[in-house]
Order: sequence, then structure tokens, then C-alpha cells
Amino acid sequence: MTNNPSPPPGLLSRRTLLSGATLAAGAGLSGCGSLTDSLSGKTQVRQWNLLAGADGAVMTQMHDQFAAEHPDIELQATTFGWGTPFYTRLVMGASGGNAADIATIHVSRLQSLSPDTLLSPIEIDEIVEAGLDPEDFPADVWDKCFYEDKLYCIPIDTHALVNYYNRTICEQAGVLAPDRTLLETHGVEEYLDLLRAVKDVTGEYGTSLDTFAGWRQFWAWYRQQDGEWIFHEDDFELDDDKALAAIEPMYRMAEEGLCPTISDGGQTAANFENGAAGLVQVGNWEIVRFRAFNEAQGFDFSMTEIPDFYGNRRTQGDSHAYVLPYHNSWNPDVRKATIEYAAWMLRHSFDWGAGGGHTPAYLPVTESEEYQSLEPNAEYSGVVENVQFDPEVWFAGSAARIYDEVGAVLQQVYALAMTPEEALALIKERAHALLALPNPVD
Amino acid sequence: MTTDTKTPEGAPPEGAPPRMSAPPSQKRRSWTGLWFVLPFTAVYALFLVWPTLLGLYYSFTDKSLTGRPVEWIGLDNWAETLGDERAWDALWNTAVFTLYSTPPLVILAIVLALLVNRARRMGWFLRMAFFAPFVIPVSVVTMIWIWMYQPDGGLINHYLQMLGFQSAETPTLWLQDEGRAMWSVVVTTVWWTIGFNFLLFLAALQTIPKDVYEASSIDGAGSWRQLRHITLPLLKRTTALVIVLQLIASLRIFDQMYLMTAGGPNRATEVAIHYIYIAGFEGYRIGYASALSYVLFVLILIVSIVQFRLFSRKED
Repeated sequence: MTNNPSPPPGLLSRRTLLSGATLAAGAGLSGCGSLTDSLSGKTQVRQWNLLAGADGAVMTQMHDQFAAEHPDIELQATTFGWGTPFYTRLVMGASGGNAADIATIHVSRLQSLSPDTLLSPIEIDEIVEAGLDPEDFPADVWDKCFYEDKLYCIPIDTHALVNYYNRTICEQAGVLAPDRTLLETHGVEEYLDLLRAVKDVTGEYGTSLDTFAGWRQFWAWYRQQDGEWIFHEDDFELDDDKALAAIEPMYRMAEEGLCPTISDGGQTAANFENGAAGLVQVGNWEIVRFRAFNEAQGFDFSMTEIPDFYGNRRTQGDSHAYVLPYHNSWNPDVRKATIEYAAWMLRHSFDWGAGGGHTPAYLPVTESEEYQSLEPNAEYSGVVENVQFDPEVWFAGSAARIYDEVGAVLQQVYALAMTPEEALALIKERAHALLALPNPVD
Repeated sequence: MTTDTKTPEGAPPEGAPPRMSAPPSQKRRSWTGLWFVLPFTAVYALFLVWPTLLGLYYSFTDKSLTGRPVEWIGLDNWAETLGDERAWDALWNTAVFTLYSTPPLVILAIVLALLVNRARRMGWFLRMAFFAPFVIPVSVVTMIWIWMYQPDGGLINHYLQMLGFQSAETPTLWLQDEGRAMWSVVVTTVWWTIGFNFLLFLAALQTIPKDVYEASSIDGAGSWRQLRHITLPLLKRTTALVIVLQLIASLRIFDQMYLMTAGGPNRATEVAIHYIYIAGFEGYRIGYASALSYVLFVLILIVSIVQFRLFSRKED
């Protein structure tokens, strides 16, 4: 290659060119948002959700229908990884005032999201204008939507830990009633007997469950005994005997091989699908996955409430809800379209219940005859009365820190690496450590 | 790498006269050059220098993600760091990971580079095979390995059972066992990142002149002696570089742990950056997380300086 000496640079012209280009680039960037807005002539509503599971597909379908019926609104929905990844983004976006216009959360997380600085309160008038009525929601869920007397959430559903059973296997094990529903059991021993019968048929496990999400089982069985976990400034009240009684069945099931010692979310569902277990204790949202499996290769299953260990069938659960993240400034049109979107989704939440297995919070839907006769939803409709929300403290709630910490300890119980007594001591130690942290939402 | 451009002998010194008159215009031209570094400098200042300084400031405050008013709290965060057992456990886990992962990532990389350097026909294939994992994103790598490590039906246990090393009744727990989780992540990391070190070594090997080996073999040196007394000493500078880069990379471990074990089981693999993440993003305590970050930063700085000293002394 020859080195051609370049002509002396035309200094001025190049500089002008550069600064001109920079300016143009800058103008292009800053103009981006408003440009697309004005070009399409639509009101843009940005939605963030955490429905990374099978129910997310149901929401996407509903969004398509919403878009078809609302040509003037451009809905941009983004799904983030369930749990901490979602909440981290929500908090960071809201603290900068640039989060989405509307987001889904778990009602139990409301307090932990520092509503007074990170969320935008909702006026009752606004939702009434969009055609909703406070009377349209179950009172106990509705009450949880308030923080310091201001409404922050619009509840979408109630969801809970439920029990699925494989009818083919359970029939062989002789644990089905004549109407082909699972036999009702009372007390731990009866249920373990049922699992033993199922284990004899599968040759592997009785029930499958997520050994990494032990908080759900713990809270369900602790609450079945009326156990309370009340947090004070620097101490808490936890009933040791009841807590132990909630943990012991986990150890016993794992020790006897009635449930797996290690099983994550995917494996838990797979164990049920491939017949390694005749039952599975997971959330109602997994119904989407099991239905798809049924369509693919035939799978005779149904679902019911979780077993009565201590005199009732209380279960751990939560509610999905819409919140409006804090905005530096609200465009009134966007705000109106946002509320309209939420109201539309609630009015159409029959699909959410039928498709995603959740029980819609919007009473006109759940009280409709169409919904009442929906199977298998009718079989576990009792969860709405039996659902137990997580304790009230800033580090509690779905995927919050106590959920993670207790789950990590109970995973060791399922793995038989820790006795229930050791686990309880560690849970209490970890809870104290959390309590010692400065409360960020105080 | 440097490139030498030589003016062919006998070429007329045409370049000389313009050079004489060049200096004034060159001086002006150097200002033009600034425009070219400006985009990088601006991004660097905005996204690295400024947050670094801001982090230092935050470490003296109770800055929270919730946007509550910020208060100056002096050295409170720093004092808390020193007494925070979980933070020290996390730092210890980081150190353990570094100790486990650095030696194989350096030694194996040399071995692979030597192998490829000798290989004639299969050279291109081995080069690609060893480097290929490095270009896969971490989420994909960890997903593949999580499947391989599954106790029930995972690839590794499947073959161990087929070969009779393990009974199906008691499958080995890889990521879920306190003693094995760290090693399992180390193995994944070695597989994933060794390609980079390997490439550095291979490049260095190819710069060693052939005549050195020829001369030594005439003097009767076997291949083992050549390796010990020629190859390895000539690779010393590269080895020093690789070790520094590797130590820094290992001390910054987060992704694989977060995705594969989430710090478990029972916090056995909770590393420093994971704890910083928990403190900052789950606990909303940006101030405290900043202080923790600075502690890690200072530790990495010390390790790097000590290491540089060690090697530069040897070279003298």
C-alpha cells in the first residue's frame, strides 16, 4: 500500500461538519419520543409486568384484543423476569420518575414499594369514571390496596398454592372419590397415607413440589394453625411450636421419599407431567402449562385446594394488582388511557381466570354464572376465602426478602441437610437480621 | 501489537521535505484529534467517572432507592461494613472462588495453547473449539450447565450412573450441595472463559522465534527442557498479564453465581457483588451498597498492585 500524504485538512469545514452532525444527532435523539407519538396520533400506554410464567401468554392475548378494540391507544407491554428482577426495575424506574405508566405487582408487596415516594395514588373518581366501583372487589383484598388511606392498587386477581392431581395415577392408587375428585383428608397422617398409596403406583414420589419455594408451604401450614408472625420495631412474635409443626411435614415427606429432596420450578412441573409424582403442589397459574401438556399428549388431571393438615384448608397466596408508578409529570391523556386500560382488563378478566387459573378480583366476573360453572376453577374456588397473605412488614411479600430467606433455609430441610429444629433457629436468626436493617419505607 | 512499517531502501526521501514544514500544522491537527476521542471521553466520564465519584459521596450518606431525603451520616456505613458478618462471608466466598478458579484458568490455558501451537492439521478446529464457549452469553452458558448439573436426569449424573460411578438412588447434588456448589460454578467458569486466556497465550507462543528452538535442539535440549527453559520464560510477560486479568475477573464474579445458585445453598456461594446487589437493590440501601463496593474496589486494587510488584521485580 502506498502512503498518500493527505492534503492539509480543511480545518474549519471539518469542524463545522462535526458540530453540525452532533447537533443533528442530538436533535434526532431528543425528538424520538414525541415524534413517534405525533406521527401515529395514538396515546401511548407503557405497561410493565412480571408475568414471565405461563399466565403471561394469557395476558398477551388479552392485550391483542385490547389493542384491536382501542385503535387510539398504543399499548406497549414489557415482561420482566418474575420476582426480584422485576421489582428492582420497577423501583429504579419509579425513583427516576421514568417507569412505565402502569405496572403489575403483588398486593403483598405494596408496603415494600414505598408507595408515598415511588407510586402514584389513584383517585376513586378516576376509576369510577372508567366504569369501576369499589364495591366490585372483595373487601379484604380491596383493603390491602390502601396505604395510609390512599388507594394505590387496582386488584386483578387472587392466586394461591393449590393441589393438582393426576386422575389416572390417583385412580390406580384408590384415592379418588366416586366423582373422580381427590379424596378429602384430614390431618397430616391421612394425607401422608394418601401420598404413600400414590407413591406405590408411581414408584417414585407421591407429590411433587418446589423445594426452593418452601415459604408457600410453610406459611400455609403455619396459618392453618392460626399462627401469627407479628413484627415490631426490633423483635417479632413467632409461635415456635406451630412453626415446627409446619416444617416437620416437609422433612417427613422428603425423608420417606414421598416428595423430591431437590426440585426447582421446572422440575416440579415435569415430575407431575411425566408421572414421577401423582400430585403436585404449586400455584394455580401452572394450569396453563398442564393444559398445554394435555393438548400435546393427553393428560387427565384436575386441581383442588391444598390438604387440610390442621383443621382447615388455608393456603398461601397473593393478589396481582395494577399500580401507577411515580411520574415526574403525568400527561392527562396518558393517565386517562392508562386507567381505561386497567378497567378494560378487569372487565375482561374472565379470560384471565379461565386461561391463567387465577381467580379474578372483579366480582361481576367471578359472580357470573359463566364463571361459576368453569372447570376446574370451580373445584378450587374456595381458595379465595382460604388465601393467606404474607406477614405485614416491609421485607415480606411475594419474592421479597423473607420469602427468599425462609425458602433458602427450608430448601435445606427438603434436602435433609437440616432438621426442622435447626431450620427454625436459622429462620429466626435470619428474620432478626432483616429486622435489624434500617427500614427504607419508614 | 505493534506494526513496523519500513521505508524500502533506496526509496527517495520524498517524505522528508514536507515533514520539515509539518510541525505547525501538526500541532493544530492534534486539536482536531480531540474531537475523535470526545465521544468516548464523554461516555467514559458520564457512565464511569461520575458514578464512581457519586458512589463515594453516597457511601457517606443514607441514600435510598426509594427517593427519600438524603442525609449525611459520615462514616456510619463504613463502620457497618467492618462489622457486617454477611459481607465478610461474601468476601471470603469471592476469595475462595478466585483461589479455585485462577490456577486452572491460567495453567490449562497454557496447556491448551501449547497443544494448539503444535497441532498442524487440526489447529484451526482446536482453536475454534477452545475459544467458542467464550462468545456465548452468560445466561445461555449457565442454563446449559444447570441442565447438565440436574440431580435427576442431568447429563453428568446420567453418564456417571451409566458408567456405574453413581447409583440412581443417591444422585450427586452438584449445585445444591454446600461442598460442591462452588466447585461446580468454577468448572462452568473455566469451560466458559478459558478461551480468552488461551488466545493470549497462543498469540504469545507464535511470537517466539523458531531459531531459538532450533539452536537449543542442536545443543541437545529435549522438548521438556525447551518448554521449561525457553517457552515458559519467554511467556512470562503474558503469564503476568493473564494472571492480573484473571484475578480481577474472578474477584468480580457475580453473573454465574446469581444465575446458577442464587448464592445458595445456605449462602455457601454468596459472593461480594451479589451481597452488594442485595443490599442496594433489594434493601434499597444505595449508600451502604456504595460503601461495600468501595471496600471490594480497594481490595481488588491491593491485590492488583501486589501482583504487579511481584512480577515486575522478577523481571528485573
